[in-house]
Amino acid sequence: MEEFTDIFLMLLLVAGSLAVLYVRNLFVATMLLSAVSFLMALLFVTLDAVDVAFTEAAVGAGISTVLYLGTLALVGSSERPAAKLSVIPLLLALSVGGALIYATFDMPVIGAADTPVQLSNLTKRFVEISPIEIGIPNMVTSVLASYRGFDTFGETTVVFTAAIGVLLILSQKHVRRPEEDEVEQSGLKPAAKDHGQVGSPHDLIPHVVSKVLIPFILLFAFYVQFHGDFGPGGGFQAGVIMAAGFILYSLIFGLHITKKLLPLRVVELFLAFGVLLYGGVGVASMIKGGNFLDYNVLSADPVAGQHLGILLVELGVGITVTAAMLAIFYGFAGRAQGRGKDVN
Amino acid sequence: MTFFMSHAPVLAIIIPLMGAPICALFRGKTAPWLFTLILSGIAFAYSIDLLIAVSANGPISYEIGGWAPPYGIEYVADPLSAFVMVIISGISTGVLLYAKDSIANEVPTSRLGFFFAAYLLALTGMMGITVTGDAFNIFVFLEITSLSSYVLIAMGARQDRRALTAAFQYLIIGTIGATFILIGVGLLYVMTGTLNIADIADKFDSISDTRPIRAAVGFLIVGIAIKLAMFPFHVWLPNAYSYAPNIVTAFFAGTATKVSVYLLIRFIYTVFGADFSFGTVYLTELLLPLGVIAALSMSVVAIFQDNLKRLLAFSSVAQLGYITIAIALATEAGLTAGILHIFNHAIVKTGLFLTVGAMFFATGTTSIKALAGVGQRMPMTSFGFVLGGLGLIGIPLTPGFISKWYLIQAVLERGDYIGYGLAIAILLSSIFAVIYIWRVVEILYFHPSPEGAKGSEAPLSLLIPCWIFILGSFYFGIETSFNVGFAEQAAQFLMGAR
Repeated sequence: MEEFTDIFLMLLLVAGSLAVLYVRNLFVATMLLSAVSFLMALLFVTLDAVDVAFTEAAVGAGISTVLYLGTLALVGSSERPAAKLSVIPLLLALSVGGALIYATFDMPVIGAADTPVQLSNLTKRFVEISPIEIGIPNMVTSVLASYRGFDTFGETTVVFTAAIGVLLILSQKHVRRPEEDEVEQSGLKPAAKDHGQVGSPHDLIPHVVSKVLIPFILLFAFYVQFHGDFGPGGGFQAGVIMAAGFILYSLIFGLHITKKLLPLRVVELFLAFGVLLYGGVGVASMIKGGNFLDYNVLSADPVAGQHLGILLVELGVGITVTAAMLAIFYGFAGRAQGRGKDVN
Repeated sequence: MTFFMSHAPVLAIIIPLMGAPICALFRGKTAPWLFTLILSGIAFAYSIDLLIAVSANGPISYEIGGWAPPYGIEYVADPLSAFVMVIISGISTGVLLYAKDSIANEVPTSRLGFFFAAYLLALTGMMGITVTGDAFNIFVFLEITSLSSYVLIAMGARQDRRALTAAFQYLIIGTIGATFILIGVGLLYVMTGTLNIADIADKFDSISDTRPIRAAVGFLIVGIAIKLAMFPFHVWLPNAYSYAPNIVTAFFAGTATKVSVYLLIRFIYTVFGADFSFGTVYLTELLLPLGVIAALSMSVVAIFQDNLKRLLAFSSVAQLGYITIAIALATEAGLTAGILHIFNHAIVKTGLFLTVGAMFFATGTTSIKALAGVGQRMPMTSFGFVLGGLGLIGIPLTPGFISKWYLIQAVLERGDYIGYGLAIAILLSSIFAVIYIWRVVEILYFHPSPEGAKGSEAPLSLLIPCWIFILGSFYFGIETSFNVGFAEQAAQFLMGAR
């Protein structure tokens, strides 16, 4: 049965990817890409990598799709016909694929008991000792937030970098007097809009449904954030879900209202705060006499220290990811507004 | 004091890293720049401390999170990584001394907070790649470096919209390179069950004759070669360097490709081991021709450029060819020459790009034709360019000469016709360098200024840092105990390690 599921999902994945390449309408391609991401998530589930599946579903299928749509709202959904088809990229892709297939021949069988990864000292330590020395049942979180906490700090920084990158590049058009433009955008236009219409007033059903949904989305984000020690979840997924709640709100009710609630400047503050919170935990452990990110010293009881450290760094991740997703969304949606049309 | 020294490896990274989010909140023209300069200076000071400590007492390991390797992530400062860290943070600090007026001229003031945050992140990423002893951690910091450099290059768009295409081209090519490196690291993990570099190196010989490892080596070498702009993967570099803001070009010319060179050396010598790299997979036969082609063809291409920044960018690809040749020789002398040239080229090329930046500041152009007569209008800047150009060619008393001296000795050590051929190729490439530098000098000095040409001498805030680099390069060309000494030490360490 499992083999059947795998083969079925793989075939769908190949078909989906080819379809993305084949279709010429970018809107359709985006939707197909989102479906491909869901298939990937399902594949990760069959590989027992639930945390990864969760991230793929939230990031790949969820927020990326929204950002693609935001871009399509700016550039339109019809693809400019390619001047000529070049063979070289195809050959390159085929040779990379060939190398990967070549590499699989001597590769240990997935899930076998005697693979180098299974036999490794690391795996043994993570599986057998981490519940004792870190004291949380989700080993993925132990590895991610403690043993390899510095990688996660780096990844949080990558998200931060991406957000400031988008803000830097997308704000380039308002070169002359950016301050004035901001005033114009946040002051005059919304005011004029407030009189007339808010978001999309004639779409009653999305209004009601989203009003009902958003509190649960936010609540679920908190659950994912704080339940990451015990089950799949953690800051990355929670941050994306939290941001999705706000983005849904702004898609239905209009960007300017969301910006009133969470101005760009506040989002920037959160963006920085999350990274600083993560790093701050590391600095605190240095001041308390340990190495950078050594949570053991944070409390008299090392296991309690690990709990506290992981809780705080995951919170840092969640805050930065939420803010980064919102910043990127603001970046794209703000440009659409500048052109006199809303993203919805 | 002991607190700061015992944490030095990680402090050199997290100080610029945690400075970035703070810097992003700053506004105005001076605050973000000054903050960045101070943090970069601190990272430089820590790097020097580390290099001194490492050369006296041997490699320093730092266990992040208190987890002993291979369970946690380890930072390792050894003679090579500490030396490269000094180069990166030193170039960064020097460029920042120059940055204030230059960047205010090219990027809107309201974006400077974010701009310098991205600059700090690029610095963090490159330093992190260098000092880490963990294969996956390399990839994480590579991502930080890559993302921030795409953004920094795109910031040239206010001067020339083509900066956006250049950044996008680099993004696509760079992402392919980074993905290859990730695939390589993943395959290494599949076969060894560990991500710690020393641990992988221990287990490498027992599994080296398997297909996943062969594929991993291929992916890693090609991935790094793309990021290194090794011929024929250099297409992104001339565009990126031409259209990026001037200080970004100067910063990356001295550091970005050098970090990839470091990675190449690290994987070839520490992870795979010289016996495997040169005995089993014939990297000499693969890399030598690429290096020679780069050194010759890119020097010729540089002769025909109309834009000064583009000319210097092609010259960089040619110089990376020398380094590739040096690494491919698979000898201690070759490795010494390669590591030495990382340092020497960094200081010379950054100095040159800074003088070009000063010319742009005064005249608003880097087109060679439009710079006619600048020799009279900007005597100090132009003379700096001439001296830097001499360093690039490799005239005695310049660091370029020292590099080539060691490189030619290393190739002649082979004692066969290939060795003589290589020496001739290096000399030939130097002659091409004379031509492309002379062509610029001729236009700068001996062509009359066009009617109504604007621009007088650049302000001192730009001139002084330029001259620090130019005079510094002469210092290291005459008193070579620092650069040659540490390069030799690093090469001995790498050859002895396995």
